[in-house]
Amino acid sequence: MAQVLIPTALRAFTEGNSSVDAAGKTVGEVIAAVAEQYPDLKLHLYEENGTIRRYVNIYIGDDNIRNLGGVDAPVVDTDTVMLVPAIAGGVR
Amino acid sequence: MSVIESIIPDERVEKLSNAEISRYSRHLLLPQIGLDGQEKLKAAKVLIVGTGGLGAPLALYLAAAGVGTLGVLDFDVVEESNLQRQIIHSTRDIDRPKVASAADRLKGLNPDIDIVMHNTMLTSANALDIIKDYDIVADGTDNYQTRYLVNDACVLLGKPNVYGSIFQFEGQASVFYAKEGPCYRCLYPSPPPPGLVPSCSEGGVLGVLPGIVGTIQANEVIKLIVGGGNSLIGRLLLFDSWEMKFRELKLDKDEECPICGKHPTIHELIDYEQFCGLKPDHEPEPVDTIEAKELKARLDAGDKIQIIDIREPHERAISPFEGSKPIPLGQLVRRIEEFDENEDAVFLCKIGQRSIFAIRALQEAGYKGRLLNLKDGVNAWARDVDNSLPQY
Repeated sequence: MAQVLIPTALRAFTEGNSSVDAAGKTVGEVIAAVAEQYPDLKLHLYEENGTIRRYVNIYIGDDNIRNLGGVDAPVVDTDTVMLVPAIAGGVR
Repeated sequence: MSVIESIIPDERVEKLSNAEISRYSRHLLLPQIGLDGQEKLKAAKVLIVGTGGLGAPLALYLAAAGVGTLGVLDFDVVEESNLQRQIIHSTRDIDRPKVASAADRLKGLNPDIDIVMHNTMLTSANALDIIKDYDIVADGTDNYQTRYLVNDACVLLGKPNVYGSIFQFEGQASVFYAKEGPCYRCLYPSPPPPGLVPSCSEGGVLGVLPGIVGTIQANEVIKLIVGGGNSLIGRLLLFDSWEMKFRELKLDKDEECPICGKHPTIHELIDYEQFCGLKPDHEPEPVDTIEAKELKARLDAGDKIQIIDIREPHERAISPFEGSKPIPLGQLVRRIEEFDENEDAVFLCKIGQRSIFAIRALQEAGYKGRLLNLKDGVNAWARDVDNSLPQY
């Protein structure tokens, strides 16, 4: 299982867990497995059409999946997948 | 490695006075800075957008370092709850404009530099005019619309944008300089929908965190001015102060980027309120609301109402709401079966923002009963109904 690192901004939706193990052959499958485990996370990760929201970047190791083939990027069990959402800190 | 030569042109550089040589001797002794670097710092003009958590350490360190012209931009006044982290302001400054308070502190720290106050909100109408006079912009903003505005203005004017951002215990920093690497839009093409990400006023922030991230920004500003070192251009630094962990991610220029890519489609500043979904025609359907006094009247009349407190236990403890059922925001959809669709449900949080999101999440999950948002949250309840409770 790959390790998925959850940023502070999304931990309220993963019972406070900063790291979640999830299975999948591609990064898209891994993220879907995390969302299945924590359904409250779905609205934050997916657009209505099912694509990953554009304010969330996904990294495997220190590479953005954009450079690795997007959600089809292959994942192996030793990989660390990281969600990197935009943060602003403001009032709105 | 991303080594940048000094962005300050030699012709603007003037010699240091003997007094300045004494003042900055610890810089002059560093071969990486020396007389040349300190003269460049003196010639440099840096605009700090926002004099809040990030802007405070940024401005203090850049003033101390002898940056010759520091612009400070903010439209806000100092509030008591700012002082937990915005160390440039003092208790006696409460209710003063932040730029005035900041300018006083900076002049006291270093009377030899020029402080330019911009007591205004940065907008599409004034951004290019303000930023064009500066060499570098340091972004200490706290909202997406200004963040995209700063990014776009810097790309259009060819200025480096030293970026920092914070939330709770987590920070990000990078240098966006489209001539040399990616811009903010390359990383985040569009902002989150309004309300989806809680703000610091609801989510909280460790006071030290902007101190650390803002100081990292100041460090990057100084390297751009003196030249050399390894810039954060093309790298995103992530910092988790609770885990005490720094991570670094590669950041590539997006060739499809609408403003700095190969075929840009944005050639001037746009309407950032609209871009960030903050204009009424882009906002989702409003949710039904109930005022604190109205809720009190209905409860006194014996109406059956489910009152759902979506705050986490530590936050409920600050100002508990008697008779409510606690279901944290992050568990609502999973616990949808616990609601009775035949009874009105009132959702409450601190200021009535996250509770809007709670209602939308349940609606999207297919809940059919009536959902009401307690307007302005438990702070309104404390203000209008039960004065024994604190507002926070």
